[in-house]
Amino acid sequence: MSVDMSQFHQVFFEESLEGLDIMEQGLLALEPGSQDLDTIGAIFRAAHSIKGGSGTFGFSEVAEFTHILETLLDEIRDGQRLLTGDAINLFLQSVDCLRAMFDALQTESPLDMESAHALNKQFQAMLNGEAVTVDTGMGSEPVPTPATAADSKGQSGVRGWVVTFKPDLDLLRTGNEPVRMFRELEVFGEVTARCDLSKLPSLGTLTPEECYLSWTLEIVTDEALESIKEVFEWVEDESDLTYAALGDHDSPDQATEVLQPAPAAIEPLDAAPAPALVDDASRTQAAAAVVKANSGKKADTSIRVSTDKIDALINMVGELVITQSMLGTLGESFAMANLHKLQQGLEQLEHNTRELQESVMRIRMLPISFTFNRFPRLVRDMSQAMGKKIELIMDGEGTELDKTVMEKIGDPLVHLVRNSLDHGIEMPQDRLDAGKPETGQIKLNAFHQGGSIVIEISDDGKGLDADAILAKARRNGLVGPDQELSSNQIHELIFEAGLSTAAAVTDVSGRGVGMDVVRKNINELGGGIEIESAKGVGTTMRVRLPLTLAILDGQLVRVGTHTYIFPIINIIESLQVKTEQINQIAGGAEVMRLRDEYIPVVRLYDVFSITADSTRLEDGLVVVLEFDNEKVAIAVDDLLSQQQVVIKSLETNYEKVDGVSGATILGDGTVAMILDVQSLIRMAGVRQSHIQRTISL
Amino acid sequence: MEAAAAERKANGVAGALEQYLTFMLDGEEYGVDILSVREIRGWDSATPVPNAPKHVKGVINLRGTIVPLIDLRERFNLEPLDYGPMTVVIVLNVNTEKGEKTMGIVVDAVSDVYSISPDDMRDPPDLGDSVDTHYIKGLVNVQETMVILLEIDRFLNADRLPTSSDYAAEA
Repeated sequence: MSVDMSQFHQVFFEESLEGLDIMEQGLLALEPGSQDLDTIGAIFRAAHSIKGGSGTFGFSEVAEFTHILETLLDEIRDGQRLLTGDAINLFLQSVDCLRAMFDALQTESPLDMESAHALNKQFQAMLNGEAVTVDTGMGSEPVPTPATAADSKGQSGVRGWVVTFKPDLDLLRTGNEPVRMFRELEVFGEVTARCDLSKLPSLGTLTPEECYLSWTLEIVTDEALESIKEVFEWVEDESDLTYAALGDHDSPDQATEVLQPAPAAIEPLDAAPAPALVDDASRTQAAAAVVKANSGKKADTSIRVSTDKIDALINMVGELVITQSMLGTLGESFAMANLHKLQQGLEQLEHNTRELQESVMRIRMLPISFTFNRFPRLVRDMSQAMGKKIELIMDGEGTELDKTVMEKIGDPLVHLVRNSLDHGIEMPQDRLDAGKPETGQIKLNAFHQGGSIVIEISDDGKGLDADAILAKARRNGLVGPDQELSSNQIHELIFEAGLSTAAAVTDVSGRGVGMDVVRKNINELGGGIEIESAKGVGTTMRVRLPLTLAILDGQLVRVGTHTYIFPIINIIESLQVKTEQINQIAGGAEVMRLRDEYIPVVRLYDVFSITADSTRLEDGLVVVLEFDNEKVAIAVDDLLSQQQVVIKSLETNYEKVDGVSGATILGDGTVAMILDVQSLIRMAGVRQSHIQRTISL
Repeated sequence: MEAAAAERKANGVAGALEQYLTFMLDGEEYGVDILSVREIRGWDSATPVPNAPKHVKGVINLRGTIVPLIDLRERFNLEPLDYGPMTVVIVLNVNTEKGEKTMGIVVDAVSDVYSISPDDMRDPPDLGDSVDTHYIKGLVNVQETMVILLEIDRFLNADRLPTSSDYAAEA
């Protein structure tokens, strides 16, 4: 029988990654020394099924690695060992390591076994009862330790092992095959098996799928008990197993597994050596970066949808079919007397269509917890590394967001949270001195507002230092020496590229690093970011995003006989210009003075080579648009309606067009181009100078 | 072209009939593989694409899909003809490097469907640099009329619809 297992790989990967999430969340919830058996059990089960699955699919590296992890977990679960802070750290690192392995397997790139081996050694050391210092020094050689008595090889008087193996009735149904296990044992040495047939029922009542037999096995070997147990690892939940040493009946203690509880070295979490952890964090990131580079290779992505959503969809389609057949019947013998029925039917159809559209869109929506779930780990690792005490509060994790948006917002959010952690929250002592509780708070909150989703990242840290930012901005020439700015305008300055790289500001106020990139990424998603900060009280970053990238709120404009669409989110205002507002700069570039700002003017008919009603700017309107803090004034003939439009790709059948981000189909069935503000700004060819820009700030 | 014909023979498919949809363009009859034809429709207004080449007449909405239309007369540098109720758009599926694309070509009129044996197909004569023959699959005589069979994937292929000089550079 040959089954192509690779068809199940994707499902297995998804399940395993989910399992890793469960493990990580469980580990983060556990305190050192915790006896929370439910959580430990959940972690164990997740590890167990990853091991089982990877064994089945032939990913032996993963199976081997998980095996040792599972052994340790098992001992903790059975109360033979205390859960130390070190063990939690080690487990968390293993989760990262396994993630990297799965990513490599998914992209069919070679596995990086180095960190797995290093972790493996640490686990081995911990299993052997050593108090391992998890300093993540992957390169450092763990000291080999003498194994515990019963596990060691060549123990005096031990010639081998006696195993009694009483499987549960349904062992065979789980796909386990005793014969195979016995063959595996034969590798270790001579095996004598005695079969107990006493439970075997009469032929008439026998169910061939059930296992009535049990065995006593004698294995003559030098192998350690561990190796023997490994053979039965798969079935230990489904059978009674006892192990005894062969030919050494004098020491029955050793018959059962002897495992010394680890020295109760429960250290406080933040006693972990900080530099090493930082190091580890950066390595994790490096690994993540590699994964990202590889992820382009992934053939197809899938999405897990709750059956509720699918059921709703099926109901909706059912209704649609009924409406359709009703209309069909009506159409077969239509008389004017039935007109109102037709109208009713059409109304029904419209209703069905709208609902159907909504439910189809909902399929792509995932709860934002998919993104939020990475933060407990991030906060834990970073606060440990920096010696800060931080509590993370998450709210609105059930808020749903389009999958594509979610994938793209992850990195900017991580950046914002890191900023809060790094620069916002003070050191515990500083907090106490400032009269605040020692433990800082970071709040993540997601909620719907209008047609958008808002994600707030707030901290009760020291807030932005407006004076320092302003001073820095003046030094950089971003702000003139005599220019007065409101505190809001000063806060906005941290999004400036000029301020982002300056280490001086980072030291004083933080918040500068890469914020320009964060804003750009959010802008690209059609969203925006606001900042609210009070010195000494804390900072709130508010990210506003569209629910989906498939539909946008559009402003229809007319140029000559053509209709174009601007995304409303980019529009600042539309106005009629007066001649005196327009100036020509050398080279013919036009700028418009709007209040105390100069904005480059783009004549749409010009860049698109079409005919407009008039070439005089005063006759038409200009629409002032903003993208990534750059403004542009686009000259159009008229403003038409505002409406939601479905974004269609032009590239599917044609090619990328400059100045156009896509197309849509209007109510009358005609196609209209959706304009790409970013590329129009580029096409304007006039980059506003910093000075011009900051006048407005 | 010869190589292609030889390959067809070698594959043992010689003699198997291929069906071509033919259409008229400036008095000449052209044919495209009928399997690539998706539908035939009348001319309706198209939305112009900013800064597109002259022969790209714009994009239309084909049941929710945005489909570009290419005027074949202008593509072949023929005299443009005013569009009227008789103007025909043939919607074709084209294989490109980036997967299958749907495009429409504007022609004067649809003519016929012929079954043609590849054996009867003649390579186009070498007309020098003056005429680009790269997108011509072959010539065939049907009842004393010459039909020009087009290699549709070729001349609608590539994002920017290549000119003859591209092929020259390629060779």
